Amino acid sequence: MLTQVAWRNVWRSKVRSLVVITAISLGLIAGIFLMSFSWGMNTQRTRDIIETRTSHIQIHQKHYKDDRKMSLFIPQGMKLLDEVKTEPEVKAATARILANGMISNARGGFGVQINGIIPEEEAKVTKLDTRVVAGEYFEGLKTNPILIGDKLAEKMGWKEIPEPGVKNEDGSPAQPTYQIRKKVVLAFQAPGGKTKYGSFKVVGVYKSINSKFDESNVFVQFEDLNRLTGTENQAHEIAIMLNDQNMAEDSTFLASLAAGNPQLLVENWKDISPDLKLIDETFAITVYIFMGIILLALLFGIVNTMLMAVMERTKELGMLMAIGMNKDKIFSMIMLETIFLSTIGGPIGLLLGYGLVRLFGNIGIDLSSMAEAGAQMGIGTMVYTDLETHYYFQIALMVVVTALIAAIYPAYKALQLKPVEAIRSI
Amino acid sequence: MSVIITKNIYKTYPGVVPVHAVNGVSIDITEGEFTAIVGPSGSGKTTLLNIIGGLDKPTSGEVIVNNQDISQLSNNELIDFRLHNIGFVFQAYNLIPVLTAKENVEFVMLLQKRAKEERDNRVAELLDAVGLGDRMNNRPSQMSGGQQQRVAVARALAPKPKFVLADEPTANLDSTSTSNLLDIMAELNRKENITFVFSTHDQRVIDRARRVITLEDGKIVSDVTRE
Repeated sequence: MLTQVAWRNVWRSKVRSLVVITAISLGLIAGIFLMSFSWGMNTQRTRDIIETRTSHIQIHQKHYKDDRKMSLFIPQGMKLLDEVKTEPEVKAATARILANGMISNARGGFGVQINGIIPEEEAKVTKLDTRVVAGEYFEGLKTNPILIGDKLAEKMGWKEIPEPGVKNEDGSPAQPTYQIRKKVVLAFQAPGGKTKYGSFKVVGVYKSINSKFDESNVFVQFEDLNRLTGTENQAHEIAIMLNDQNMAEDSTFLASLAAGNPQLLVENWKDISPDLKLIDETFAITVYIFMGIILLALLFGIVNTMLMAVMERTKELGMLMAIGMNKDKIFSMIMLETIFLSTIGGPIGLLLGYGLVRLFGNIGIDLSSMAEAGAQMGIGTMVYTDLETHYYFQIALMVVVTALIAAIYPAYKALQLKPVEAIRSI
Repeated sequence: MSVIITKNIYKTYPGVVPVHAVNGVSIDITEGEFTAIVGPSGSGKTTLLNIIGGLDKPTSGEVIVNNQDISQLSNNELIDFRLHNIGFVFQAYNLIPVLTAKENVEFVMLLQKRAKEERDNRVAELLDAVGLGDRMNNRPSQMSGGQQQRVAVARALAPKPKFVLADEPTANLDSTSTSNLLDIMAELNRKENITFVFSTHDQRVIDRARRVITLEDGKIVSDVTRE
């Protein structure tokens, strides 16, 4: 009966209750959407960094990352690569030889990291081949081809950006054009301190979602950079993609990759990119802060509505106490009313929020108007909303907790009523 | 047998000039009485009724209801005492607006955890008795003032209380409704031997009462029992 009375009381003032329920639903929808937008953006950014930069796991010579000396190769790197590839958890792996140097053309010189890669294996690990926007992915040139980034091509004067509004014959917006097959000179310090120079020809231009990366990374063939360095089959880095990202956090698995070699440093993507780790870990907190702020605002709305309901019914509550309804039941009734009011909006908000997340998870949100700023931050032009299922359950729990907290004060105020005074009130 | 005994009770509201709402009242109401406490506004009749009903506590004096001194009970004990001993009828009907007539009458019995069959039988019996057997499923907003007050009487009687306290029960009713209501209450008083105590200044009620206690300035100025 108490439940029935409480439920009916919620609908005594339909408009007021509907306003609160709508506010709760909209608050949740907005919160869930914001969370999923951030989550989607973060997931995409993380995925992109893993795919383009860090991979799931990297192996280096133990001291390589301290000063990035070219002489610090992975001992028997190619043998290790072959061993790593046999691990069932490993989806793809590749080796790289790295050098910090300069790339020059007639325009000038630009500081870059030169990545000597095995093109077909690199494609499996970083999907670099899919990011080529002009030219070819190491095809058509046998010796010293180089792949440069979109931003670097622009700085070197080999990218032409069409005037705004210019369209192709088919009416689509005109895309930038690039000059390829241009010669560049790479210079870097080889082991032993001698500066090495090499002439390369631009075979293609790639573009990732991170313009900073595109500006500062060039790719050449593994054997070309080894030859220029004066080495053979030497690698500084083994990059590994796993079938299951979570395995990257399995310390036993990581240790097994080093095969007991103390000269090796095996790191997962969180160790390699602490900023990613930080963002990933603080995201969970941010999500709860988002929701917390929204629910706090809703809490005051619910308390206000229920206080109004209690004050309006002073006489009735007094009567209930007079005829023998004890304080526990009065308290429970008001609590139930508040919980009903709060939790009706909860599932509606969660369902609509989920629907919205699914919708924009499929069609994406086009941020191309902010592409430049996004590229600086490593964010793509399309953001696909996404939110892990457990967040919905946690939000539902937060709504219930909010409802319980919101219920306490109005119920307490109802208990303060004295029947004789309440009945007398108008 | 006495069901209500007050011994020299006072109710004083403090202030710059303290107000003695009830000023040394001693009364003895026996089972089956149909009593009206009358007096002009401010004479203390509602305060006295509230004290008898355990809604208010006297500043001093004893209130013995069913051989129990209720002035010594805690607030929670008083609520429980009211639930099992007293039926209330209020001036402004005070039904639960979200419940139907049937549910309103049943409500107190539910609080008492009475069995469903007993509740159903009693509710049907009482709503028939007050002439609302056909309005069981109507909510208060769908009934007239007189009908609502009849539901309130049925509600007060549903748990078979020792006595019913009615505070100005006819104040908002027209003559016909008042007459009907008084007939119903007199009938139930006679049939079920339930004690009725009214506070009123409605002459129609006073005329039907078998005992009339008149208060002025919180004191009893007359106590007349009619045959």
